Amino acid sequence: MTASLETAAQPQGLRRVAIDPVSRVEGHGKVTILLDAQNHVQQVRLHIVEFRGFEKFIEGRPYWEVPVMVQRLCGICPVSHHLAASKALDHVVGALPVTPTADKIRRLMHYGQVMQSHALHFFHLSSPDLLFGFDSEVNRRNIVGVAQAQPETARKGVLLRKFGQEVIRATAGKRVHGTGSVPGGVNKPVSAEDRALLQRDVAQMLAWAQDAVDLAKQLHAQNRVLYDRFGSFRSNMLSLVRADGALELYDGVIRARDAAGAILFDGASDQGYLDLIEEEVKPWSYMKFPFLKSLGREHGWYRVGPLARVQNCDFIATPRAEIERREFIEWGKGEPIHASLAYHWARMIELLHCVEVIQGLLADADIGAGGLMAGGARQRGGVGVIEAPRGTLIHHYEVGDDDLVTMCNLIVSTTHNNQAMNEAVRSVAREYLDGHELTEGLLNHIEVAIRAYDPCLSCATHALGQMPLDVTLVGADGALIDRIVKSSAGEFLRGVGP
Amino acid sequence: MTAPLLVFGWGNASRGDDALGPLFVERLRASLADTHGVECLDDYQLQIEHALDLVGRQRVLFVDASIDCRAPFEATTLRAAHDASITTHALSPRALLQVYRELQLGAAPPCTLLAIRGEGFELGAAPSAAALAHLEAAIEWAQLWAGAALATLD
Repeated sequence: MTASLETAAQPQGLRRVAIDPVSRVEGHGKVTILLDAQNHVQQVRLHIVEFRGFEKFIEGRPYWEVPVMVQRLCGICPVSHHLAASKALDHVVGALPVTPTADKIRRLMHYGQVMQSHALHFFHLSSPDLLFGFDSEVNRRNIVGVAQAQPETARKGVLLRKFGQEVIRATAGKRVHGTGSVPGGVNKPVSAEDRALLQRDVAQMLAWAQDAVDLAKQLHAQNRVLYDRFGSFRSNMLSLVRADGALELYDGVIRARDAAGAILFDGASDQGYLDLIEEEVKPWSYMKFPFLKSLGREHGWYRVGPLARVQNCDFIATPRAEIERREFIEWGKGEPIHASLAYHWARMIELLHCVEVIQGLLADADIGAGGLMAGGARQRGGVGVIEAPRGTLIHHYEVGDDDLVTMCNLIVSTTHNNQAMNEAVRSVAREYLDGHELTEGLLNHIEVAIRAYDPCLSCATHALGQMPLDVTLVGADGALIDRIVKSSAGEFLRGVGP
Repeated sequence: MTAPLLVFGWGNASRGDDALGPLFVERLRASLADTHGVECLDDYQLQIEHALDLVGRQRVLFVDASIDCRAPFEATTLRAAHDASITTHALSPRALLQVYRELQLGAAPPCTLLAIRGEGFELGAAPSAAALAHLEAAIEWAQLWAGAALATLD
């Protein structure tokens, strides 16, 4: 159990290791570790400085600007914010529901977004660690190293991501900062030309997505002990599911399971998220710690994202991904899978599901014709909940009679996973750091654990998504003993010098 | 048909002078609307798939805001480099050229980085007056660059 490492019983006299980012525009994350004289870990905390300025940036703007403006929150998953804001503001304009054409175009956009984000995360950011080892040569642990060793794998990753970006362009109108989704619907259908372009390549994408699942499975099978143990801890899990229990990424009801897999609640409306979730403030962290009200602060924290979604649902409504989900569940031998590295496997199952959904929607006549906008009785506010690539994303707005936003509240997936990422880092620190000298490879173990959740500090802190780190080892007398710096450009320096 | 010249700018339009890249692209696209052979693209940050945007080009101009360059702008020739931005969510243009090379997409086209001096990058801030003046100078330079590049194409 790692929870005991949150606060050392007697912090006096312990040495302190701070894994700290180099300067950011605003917001950052750091890890602090307290060690005793024998280098045994006594306390581990992941701190993410949550920058709340973005809500203020939105408040006071006309509501119809919001789905475009919120994309400037994040360069990694702008479409998730675009759609979560649109869904929330559908309530304001009374578009309940939006038209079938609008629903399907938004879904197409969203599944393209999740697909490209998952491809980037697995192939670009995580596969180097997984293919070469967490403490392999640092110059090799990147997409260029993958391209040199396995050029086809790297090429598939780039082209899968490119395809997802093309889906976004076809539905959002632009590759970046699209305007396709608006409160009440969408502003254009998918053109016949774009549909033909995407249909030409989708079968190839499906084959490559299957290859990606196979690669993730293979990695688990090759080193079951590592993949089952690394960053493993028990937790509740939360996500949207479809009303019939299917995996659902765009719109659904909220379901939560406990660590043993039993359902805690199901079918909850996203409009009532404040009845389900509360956020705790801890004095040592700027980022809040959400928990399920029904279980309380100590036992109510939970995980979100692919690992939660694939196990929270009862089935996946596309055939290939459902076969893979069943195999994944069997891997747990009747118990929920809690290992952090299993996020990657679950993520690739979702990638496959996304391509299957995209293939189906491209064949649906509704995306090219039909009513684009709906409307109805005006409301004061609304909540939009969506399953973003990294997990559940909540947008909540209130709008005045003058059409200006009077209240904005965003809960991003990194915030939902705050406690879980802390637990992952504690687990890894206890298993790999305890009693050892600090090394770059060890530092990378910490990053591998955090990266499994793909926290995307850009979203949580509203800075760009990089993970520069500064690890300092300080003696009980406060003297600097050792230091490793990973700069914002990613270069490593070691030594106690200035 | 792929345009032989690519102009690619990036940045966040809501973060003060970080908007220089997208603003540059918007302005140049408008001024070259009647000129064939130039494509102008922008994005939030450079990602691996942007290597594919370089395929089939004969010249590429990357454009970004910078707090390190001299005012009003600096133009430098880019070469592929295995820098550590490759491990992050946002690539440097040099790293992007390295990805291009390792993906075996052929020889990369000649690439130039146009760094426009910015002063402030606060969320919600408008571009500074100084940055907008630098932008004007950079646009004038780029129009000459595009004209000269088009004149020397195959």
